[in-house]
Amino acid sequence: MNLIQEILIQNNLITAFVFVGLIVYLSYYLSDKFSNGRFHGSAIAIILGLIFAYIAGVFTNGKNGVSDIAILSGVGLLGGSMLRDFAIVATAYGAKLSDLRSSGFMGIFSLFFGVVLSFTLGALIAIAFGYEDPKSITTIGAGTVTFVVGPISGSAIGANSEAIALSIAAGLVKSILVMTITPLVAKRIGLNNPKSAMVFGGLMGTNSGVAAGLAAVDPKLVPYGAMTATFYTAVGCLIVPSLLFFLVDLLF
Amino acid sequence: MVIYGIALLGICTLIGLIIGKFLGSIFGIDANVGGIGIAMFLLMYCSSSLNTKLQIGDISEKGITFWSMIYIPIVVAMAARQNVIGALDGGLMAIVAGIVVVVVSFLFIPIITNYKKDR
Repeated sequence: MNLIQEILIQNNLITAFVFVGLIVYLSYYLSDKFSNGRFHGSAIAIILGLIFAYIAGVFTNGKNGVSDIAILSGVGLLGGSMLRDFAIVATAYGAKLSDLRSSGFMGIFSLFFGVVLSFTLGALIAIAFGYEDPKSITTIGAGTVTFVVGPISGSAIGANSEAIALSIAAGLVKSILVMTITPLVAKRIGLNNPKSAMVFGGLMGTNSGVAAGLAAVDPKLVPYGAMTATFYTAVGCLIVPSLLFFLVDLLF
Repeated sequence: MVIYGIALLGICTLIGLIIGKFLGSIFGIDANVGGIGIAMFLLMYCSSSLNTKLQIGDISEKGITFWSMIYIPIVVAMAARQNVIGALDGGLMAIVAGIVVVVVSFLFIPIITNYKKDR
C-alpha cells in the first residue's frame, strides 16, 4: 500500500490526469444516463470537482481542495494558474479577430459597468448587514468584484482583517456560483455568441468562474469571455481603492 | 514539429504575462493587468498571419490545439482545488453578497448585449 502511495505521490501530475479523467468520465456517464445529455457533462464535472474540494476541505482543514491530499497534490499543479492561463491562451487559436473588433466597445463597457455594479451591490449588502465604516464597506464591495480585488483593495486602504476575510469569502461564493449557474441559465440570457460571451466575461469578471462557466456552455466561446475577464481584476484593483473608496468615504 | 506550436503558444503567453506585469507596476498594483488578454491577441494575430506567410504547419498546430482541448479537464482540476469551505464559512453576508451580485449581473447580460438592437 505504501509502495503504491509512494508512486502516486512521486508522479503526482500523472495521478492528477487519471483523477480528472475519472471525474470527467463519470460526469459524462451521469449526463447521458440521467439527463440524456441535456445537462452538459463538463458542467457536472465542474460541480463534482467542487464537491470533492469541499469533502477534502472537511478532512484536511486545508484551503486548496483535493490538492491538500498528498496523492492528489498534482491536481494543484494541473488546475493552478500556470497551466490554466496557458490553456486559456490556447483557446484563442482560431478565434476571430473580427468578432472581437465588432463587439470590442461592448466588452469594454461591460467591464467598467460590471466592476461598478458588483462593487455597489456588495457595498450595499455590507451596509444592510450593519457595517458603517467606509474601509470595511469598500473592502467587502471589492470582494464581490473578485476575491483578488478584495484583499488587494483592503490592504491598500488599511481595512481590518475581518473585512478582508469576508471579502475573500464573498468573492469565492461569486466565483463558485458563476461556475455552477452559468450552464443552467445560458440559454435564457442568450449566452450563445461571441458578443454575449464578451459581455458575460466583462460583467462577471472572476477568471475561474468565467473560464468554467463558458467551458460548460460552449468551449468555442471561452476565448471571448476570457478576453474581457482578464482585464476585470485589473480594472477592479485600479478603481476600487481609489475612485470608489473616495466616493464611499464621501458618503459615510 | 509539434514543439513549434507549443513554443509559439509559450512565447505568446510569456510575452503577454510580462507586459501585463509591467502594466501593473506602472499603475502601482500587484496584479497582472490583462496579460492573458494580450497573449490571446498575440496568438490570434500569429495564427491569422503566420499560417499564410510562414506556414506553421498541421503538426505544429496540434501543439496548440492540444492545450486548447485539455482546457476543460484543467478547469475541472481547478474546481477541485477551490477553497469551497472558505466560501461557505464566510457567513451569511458573504453568501448573500455572492448570490445577489451573480444574479443581478446575469440579468444585465441580455440587456447590454441587445442594447444596440433596441435602439
